[in-house]
Amino acid sequence: MNLRKFIAPLLGLALWELLALWLNNPVVLPPVEEVIKVLINPQISILGTGTLLDNTLVSIKRVLSGFILAGAVGVPLGILMGYYPLVMDLFDIIIELLRPIPPLAWVPLALAWFGMGETSMLFIIFIGAFFPILLNTIAGVKGVPKILIETAQTLGAKEKDILLKVVIPASLPSILTGLRIGAGIAWMCVVAAEMLPGSSAGLGYLIMYAYSLSRMDVVIACMIVIGIIGLILDRGLRYIEDRYFKWRYLIK
Amino acid sequence: MENILEIRNVSKKFVSNNREILAVDNLTFDVKYNEFLSIVGPSGCGKSTVLRMIAGLEKPTSGEILMEGRRIEGPGAERGLVFQQYTLLPWRNVLDNVAFGLEIRGVPKKERYEIARRFIKMIGMEGFEEAYPYELSGGMQQRVAIARTLANDPKVVLMDEPFAALDVQTRAILQHELLKIWEKEKKTVVFVTHSVEEAVYLSDRVIVMTARPGRIKDIIPIDLPRPRKRDSLEFIEYRKRIVNILKDEVLKSYNMYRYAKNGIGC
Repeated sequence: MNLRKFIAPLLGLALWELLALWLNNPVVLPPVEEVIKVLINPQISILGTGTLLDNTLVSIKRVLSGFILAGAVGVPLGILMGYYPLVMDLFDIIIELLRPIPPLAWVPLALAWFGMGETSMLFIIFIGAFFPILLNTIAGVKGVPKILIETAQTLGAKEKDILLKVVIPASLPSILTGLRIGAGIAWMCVVAAEMLPGSSAGLGYLIMYAYSLSRMDVVIACMIVIGIIGLILDRGLRYIEDRYFKWRYLIK
Repeated sequence: MENILEIRNVSKKFVSNNREILAVDNLTFDVKYNEFLSIVGPSGCGKSTVLRMIAGLEKPTSGEILMEGRRIEGPGAERGLVFQQYTLLPWRNVLDNVAFGLEIRGVPKKERYEIARRFIKMIGMEGFEEAYPYELSGGMQQRVAIARTLANDPKVVLMDEPFAALDVQTRAILQHELLKIWEKEKKTVVFVTHSVEEAVYLSDRVIVMTARPGRIKDIIPIDLPRPRKRDSLEFIEYRKRIVNILKDEVLKSYNMYRYAKNGIGC
């Protein structure tokens, strides 16, 4: 590990600590040790809203549900859209129109349709994760070299074989990239969704609640947890990409 | 019946930039059972197109191609095609690539692996069964691709400049191996190349095509016993003869490229 990489973060921490001591106002900037105290005691109840660990698990569960739902719809639809021009023509315009709308712009509609609560949050996460998954899947399927399909045909492959044994395996790396990006966006969306009225648990909720009580140490601790989990999510999926899809560099 | 393939008055037009280009013009020839037939011609003459039409990947604009008396309507396992480009499935190892055609046709795992191993041995790649295409050199990949086509047991093996991207030594070895396999397995081979030497070395007959639009300029039977010696007088005679027939056509196609610059790759 390159030690130079840690110079800037350590300097940053030192600067933060100095600034906090100088300001001497934890409502604006709490000292580092206060935040660490929250982080190393994740099992202790905070502000009467459950522990940091519980709230983190609530958020993770929500993200997983929305993300899995988005994958379960986005991947198959993307494969069909990429492979069958008819399906593409059916859905293309709708997708292109909905795609640029930020997930949070759906909040009012989500609240109107599903009321305040889990379903609305799930919907927002779904919207956030769905489009990157769908678009990367379509790109993956469309990017399958024609010559691989022709090769399979001259070996006797029929439509079903081509889809199952050539198109889908060849687009897996791209699908996984879509899932990785989708997971990242889903994670951002859950925090935002939990800040909505009606939320009563989760990291997003905890941040807003701690803010209302001027507990900036809890706010910052939650932010750090959010950052770390996002990083683990991204790195984990990247690891799978590198480990199992080395061959993808061969497809041009 | 003597002929496995009959190519009858086949023409092929492509549309490119809103212009119709006649790639192949009224081609008629037969391929006999167990024959090794080569097609040579200047680049852009449509020789690859002919092969793709026999494979069923392209439809003739007019005319028809018959295999054992039946019209070819699409690709099928009885006509295996070895492409010029590397076409192994990159997520499958050598064994699963070679067994791919058999897998599609529902041959049980044990049996297809047995067959695949036999062909991997035949192309001299024993020990590489578990290797992935990205770990192999171009020549090795092409050998695996040939094994994959042969393991599928097609009646006709179509080969589109399969050795074009390889160095001279690898090329000579693979030509030799290919002949051995052809003699042993009694296949019919239609082989497209731009190398006259390769065509004379391998073939029973050589079809020489004209510059675009591709027509048949001449068909030359090579009456030499195998294995052929590339430096024998007769070999050199055949080579010269075909090169001479080709010369005008190559010039024509060169000028066509220079002045028209709208060629179709061959």
